[in-house]
Amino acid sequence: MATHELPYIAAIEEAIREEMERDDSVLYFGQNIATHENDPFLKQFGGDRVRVTPISETAEIGMAVGTAIAGFRPVVELYMAEFMLVAMDQVVNEANRFHYMSKGQVKVPLVLKAGYGFTCGWAGQHTGTIYGMFTGVPGLKVVVPATAADAKGLMTAAIRDDNPVCYFHHYLLTLEHGDVPDGEHVVPLGRANVVREGADVTIVAIGWCLGKALAAAEQLAANGVEAEVIDPRTVAPLDTDTILASVAKTGRLVVVDQSTRHGSVAAVIAAEVADAGFGSLKAPVKLVTALDATVPYSEPMEAYLLPDEAKVADAVHQVLGNAPVAA
Amino acid sequence: MPPVQTEEGLELLRSMWRIRVFEERVGALARANEVHGLIHLSVGQEAVAVGVCGALRDDDAVYSNHRAHGHALAKGASPAKVLAELMGREGGLCRGLGGSMHLVDVEHGLLGATGVVGGNIPLALGSALAAKLGGSDAVAVVFFGDGAVQGGIFVESVNLATLWRLPVLLVCENNGFAEFTPRSAHTTVERVSDVVAPYGIARETVDGNDVVAVRDAFTRFLGAARAGEGPALLECLTHRLRGHYEGDPQRYREALAEEEWQRLDPILRLQRALAVEGGEFEAEAREEVEAAERLARASPFPPASLTAELAYA
Repeated sequence: MATHELPYIAAIEEAIREEMERDDSVLYFGQNIATHENDPFLKQFGGDRVRVTPISETAEIGMAVGTAIAGFRPVVELYMAEFMLVAMDQVVNEANRFHYMSKGQVKVPLVLKAGYGFTCGWAGQHTGTIYGMFTGVPGLKVVVPATAADAKGLMTAAIRDDNPVCYFHHYLLTLEHGDVPDGEHVVPLGRANVVREGADVTIVAIGWCLGKALAAAEQLAANGVEAEVIDPRTVAPLDTDTILASVAKTGRLVVVDQSTRHGSVAAVIAAEVADAGFGSLKAPVKLVTALDATVPYSEPMEAYLLPDEAKVADAVHQVLGNAPVAA
Repeated sequence: MPPVQTEEGLELLRSMWRIRVFEERVGALARANEVHGLIHLSVGQEAVAVGVCGALRDDDAVYSNHRAHGHALAKGASPAKVLAELMGREGGLCRGLGGSMHLVDVEHGLLGATGVVGGNIPLALGSALAAKLGGSDAVAVVFFGDGAVQGGIFVESVNLATLWRLPVLLVCENNGFAEFTPRSAHTTVERVSDVVAPYGIARETVDGNDVVAVRDAFTRFLGAARAGEGPALLECLTHRLRGHYEGDPQRYREALAEEEWQRLDPILRLQRALAVEGGEFEAEAREEVEAAERLARASPFPPASLTAELAYA
């Protein structure tokens, strides 16, 4: 397949631009977007479809929900995931409920694009890994792309989806380059990707953590341990079938998630495997997550809190019985 | 009360009686536990729903709130489908999945009632923007109470609506009580229409128990919005005859004296203005509501399979 190389963030923009070209009903709202007349989106699509909004997340998201109900497909640029929290009622109690509560009379095809996890000195209020707060919210879909190709394919799918989709992109991946398939590229929502095959242990890694897991897998392979690495890509609805099938094969599971442990998707995955795949397990499931703490400003403190390659490899050794299980 | 043509006046009267009788029957069914959820009745506030919705088309979007029954009926929803919804039946507007606070009737332009105070306001902005982008002269209307005005969502929405000159009409039903507390406990600003003054939005406070006054003021704003002149706020001073919800002991206020209510009641006022007796309209509404109840009772409860069927669009 022919590909082109793009930074992760450019892959996202390519998806939005192509969908706006393909479908006039796609709108683009956001604070501080289109701030000058040479903005490429504004130049190409005009001020009716590309709209800068005041710093009023509740009205901004609520207004977008209303345009979606009326048949448009708005994409809302939120920059920081935490800004969505300002408008929580609109996200988790309005947008997501209209389809179901109206017996399907209305649909809300909406994309809320939000960056997360910016752990490079942005301290406690702009670094949260908060997609876990939106999973388990009926009616919402939640995607967490880890590569440039998935960033494009998931954005395309999210815009075409008839449901509200929270699209969480990782700020530390912004300039990571990757090969993106040429032409139309759609990654179906709700389908995990087996990124690396292996028979000894399953590592499920979400978003930014995929890179940590793959690095750990390489290190483990050098010691004769073959890890299967799965990227869920969509965390709601979660592709538990792919994870369970892998655990049935390997019998061991490590889940890596930058979220705080008790608000993590990792905890949900562990619960699903305990519920439906317990018989396959040869060892306890290990979670490698952030600590249940606010992300600190200080650089070494940040690292202390977060999952990394060594913590993943250590967890794998524990489930393999090569190291004592941590309390 | 301004003059009104008899024909039109009788239609307004018929519509208000329909809501009054419907709401009173819902109250009785709630007490009998046949309508089983949280119910908010609009008895006493009929003139606002009728004065506003009577002027609208099916392609105009209406967003309502927790006190939605009157708005739905005035916008043209079938009483049988509304009642079936309140009774949790398959034949309800939303197949029993929404209930009293979440009535949706797309066919008649009722795009949604929402249960969180103020949560519906920006949704109407979206419908208004959609109409504008689509080149239509349709408008969006949102009903909210005086309690919603103290929320940030109200100010954010007024700001955005005026900034973008959206064809959205904000209709405040100021019944003096935000849930269980009087306006004086919420704010020092007496008039809701004054809250929006700095935005330069068209605004007016009217006697919300005078259906003709509501209709006239609303129709002026509606014409301007259709003509591209942007949003407006209509504050309707009205009275909620019943509690915040059915079963509310209302310890926070004294009941209106009967003669005082006789003076204020929007239905009696219109009858006096038209010099008609209400009997035949009340009887007609009773027949209609009884027929609606028969249809609602005949409808089964929805199947459990709906949960999965409608989980995602």
